[in-house]
Order: sequence, then C-alpha cells, then structure tokens
Amino acid sequence: MGELKVKDKDIVVPGDELADGMDFLPAGGAFREGDKIIASQVGVISVNGRLIKLVPLNAKYTPKKGDMVIGKVAAITNNGWFVDIGYSNEAFIPLRDGSMEYIPKGADLVQYYDYNDYVVADITRVSKDKEIDLSMKGPGLRKLSEGRIIKVNSAKVPRIIGKQGSMISMIKQMTDCRVIVGQNGYVWIYGVDPVKELVAVDAIKRIEERAHIHGLTDEIKTYLENKVGVKNAVQQTI
Amino acid sequence: MPYNKRFDGRKFDELREISAEVGVIPNADGSARFKIGKTIAIAAVYGPRVLHPKFLQNPIKGVLRCNYNMMSFSGSGERVRPGPSRRSKEIGLISEKALEPVLDLGEFPGAVIDVFIELLQTDAGTRCAGITAAALALADAGFPMKDLVSAIAIGRIEDKIVVDVSKEEEDYEGGMADIPVAMMPRTNEITLLQMDGFATLSELKEVLKTAKKAIEQIYKVQKDALRERYLK
Repeated sequence: MGELKVKDKDIVVPGDELADGMDFLPAGGAFREGDKIIASQVGVISVNGRLIKLVPLNAKYTPKKGDMVIGKVAAITNNGWFVDIGYSNEAFIPLRDGSMEYIPKGADLVQYYDYNDYVVADITRVSKDKEIDLSMKGPGLRKLSEGRIIKVNSAKVPRIIGKQGSMISMIKQMTDCRVIVGQNGYVWIYGVDPVKELVAVDAIKRIEERAHIHGLTDEIKTYLENKVGVKNAVQQTI
Repeated sequence: MPYNKRFDGRKFDELREISAEVGVIPNADGSARFKIGKTIAIAAVYGPRVLHPKFLQNPIKGVLRCNYNMMSFSGSGERVRPGPSRRSKEIGLISEKALEPVLDLGEFPGAVIDVFIELLQTDAGTRCAGITAAALALADAGFPMKDLVSAIAIGRIEDKIVVDVSKEEEDYEGGMADIPVAMMPRTNEITLLQMDGFATLSELKEVLKTAKKAIEQIYKVQKDALRERYLK
C-alpha cells in the first residue's frame, strides 16, 4: 500500500520525497525513482486522486508545441524571420507560415515584420535539438503595433490567466485594456486610457509576485476596485 | 603535541554556525547566499542562454559553466589578487563536476548555464560553501534537479577527525589533511572528493562517515532556505 508523504498545496524542494509505493503517479516537476516519487523543482503540490503534480514556482520557459507565444523579431533572412521568445534559441517563422495571405518569393520581408516588431505566434514544431518553428497562420496571430510588452516569469503564466481565464478576463474588464498573455511570459497590454493601462501592468506584476498565495483573485479584485473604482467594475459586469 | 581541543572550542563533530538565504540577487534567474562560520559565498545563476564562442557549444547537451572568485577584500588581512588564477580555475572546474550530476543538461542543447560563485569573506571551506550556495541558486532558478548538492570540508588533525575545518586548523603545523566532500544527500552519492595532505584508508572511511552526518545538517538548512522564500 502506497503512502503519501505530502499534503495538497505543500511547498516542496528538489529531493523531497512525495510518496512511497506504486499507487501514485508523478506529473510536472516530479519523477519516479524506484518505488518513490521525488520532487525535482521548487513548487506547489497538487494531489488529484492517484496523480501527484508539482507546479513549479519559478522556471525558465521551455517551448512546447501548440503554445501561443509573444516574441520580438531579432533577425530576418531571405526565407523567414528569427524571433526572440525568451528561450536560449531563437524561434523561426518560415515564409510559408509568415502570414494568412500568400507571401511571394523574393518579397521584402521587412514590409511584413520589421526588426524589433513584436508578434503573437503559435509554436508548430520543437525538434529534439530545440529548434523551434512558429506560425502566424491562425486567429488572433498578428503583429503587435501598439501597446506595451511586459515580461513575467513563465511559471506564473497559468496564475495570470486563472481558472478558465477568470483572472485575465477580470483585469481586461475592470481596466478596459486588451491583454494577450504569451505562454513564454511576455504579456501585451493596450489600453485606450493610459492610466488604466498602468493599473493593468501593476495588477499583473502583483500576481507574479504573489502567485503562490491563496485567494489571489479576490485580492486582485479589491486592488483593482481601489484603483479604478467600483463603479467601473459594476458597469462592466452588467 | 596531541590535538585535544579545537582552536575555536568547538566539538570535533560540530559545525560552525550555518545560514542560507535564497533570492538575494533579483536580476539573476536564481541566486543564493550561504554562510558557514565566517565564510560567506554568494551564487548567481543565469541561463540557459546561447553559448558563445560557438565552438564551445555541445549539440547533444548543455554546458554548465562555474566561475569561482574570491573578492580582493575577502581574506584575513592579505589582499587577494583580483581576477582569474590557477586556483580559481580549478575550483570552478570541480564545482561544475560536483553540480552536473543533479542537472539534466540534455534539455538545453547548444546552451550554457552560467553559475557565478563569489566569496565575500573567506575562512576555509570556500569551495564547499560555493558548491552549496550554487546548488541552492540552481534550485531557485527552477532547473529540474535530481537532488540538491551539499558540501563540507572534513579535516584530519593528528589522529582526530574534525568537521568543518577553520582557517586556523587548515594552517595547523602538525599532521593535517583537508578533505572537501560534496554529496547528493538523498542518495548519498559523492560528487566531489579531494584531499590536501594524507590519511590512511581507515581514516578516510571515518571521514566519509563524519561527512555524511554533517551534510545532513547542511541539507536541512538548504531545504528550509528554499521553502522560506515562499512562506514569507
């Protein structure tokens, strides 16, 4: 009979024994060694039936296929764009995936995305030697011409988005801002009212700092209400 | 003259006061401070990032690069000559070898993880303090690790085995051996074992046994420091 050595929501560190016996399965930052399940990262435990999942509290972004990311054009070649997505290797947008429309051979690629332009793109391929391909073909994938980019820790992205997007939609509603959160921790914010845009930036920074705290959604809600006024919040929910 | 009492009055198996703190350098991806007695080590981790010059890159797995440095004011009175030296290069290299077994570098082909170990104040056991701090910094940066690495310097003075050698003991005129040991405490795998001096086989076995006990104490301090950052 297996034995669980930790409780739900415990903070664990590398080398901690999470469970003994074959009744449990490791996920996330946990691994099995012999009969035991061991933590490999600093993180929070979430126990779901037989599954022991370790959600890391701090981690550099590791690209996964299907992730939507925000990146900055770092280099342009004659067959595509190289984009900095906050990973050690730059990601590549091949010409055929560069736009919804057809890009003829020999076209001036700067006309589409110039150096230092920010783009929203999907990861279509991550090879074994960590070459990353991006695509601009898809709904919402585009160049970001206005607004601002802030960088947050990619481990905190799920918290910024919240359950079924609860946190991010609350920020969007209360600050009248448009927000895109890339899985790599790059966040795009654009508000018509620059003051509210700053409030949104502060709120996101706050979530990043306090990601491991319970009841964060309520706390951020109070924070936003204080900053933009309850009126706005009520107005938006009607 | 037999060595019956330690210079600082500690018991033979007693460590100096140890403390650790994580996240001391906000700019770094991970950082830690480790203090043992008067020895203070600070470690900062950056990466994974692209490794230049390109010929140093390994397409199969990432590279761990440790930079060990003693501050010019860190010694006891004597000014330490700044910049790389034969000694600091060697200690950087053995720190890499001591830390590599816990990391999964296959995840970062072509990239480098930079670890900077700075010694603010030195009173023997600096490589051990450096490795211990670096392990904390790597964990803080969020790299998947099989375990932490903890290190301690054990000494043989005359016929006594002493834990956590101080500078005074290191300079002891009689028979002395200085043996730094680094371990993955969970599995008791040794990742660093050096010796300056000489010891018999039975003495060395005794040293390893003593090291294991001391390392368990350091391991606990390390784990508490990592948790502490998020419990505040």
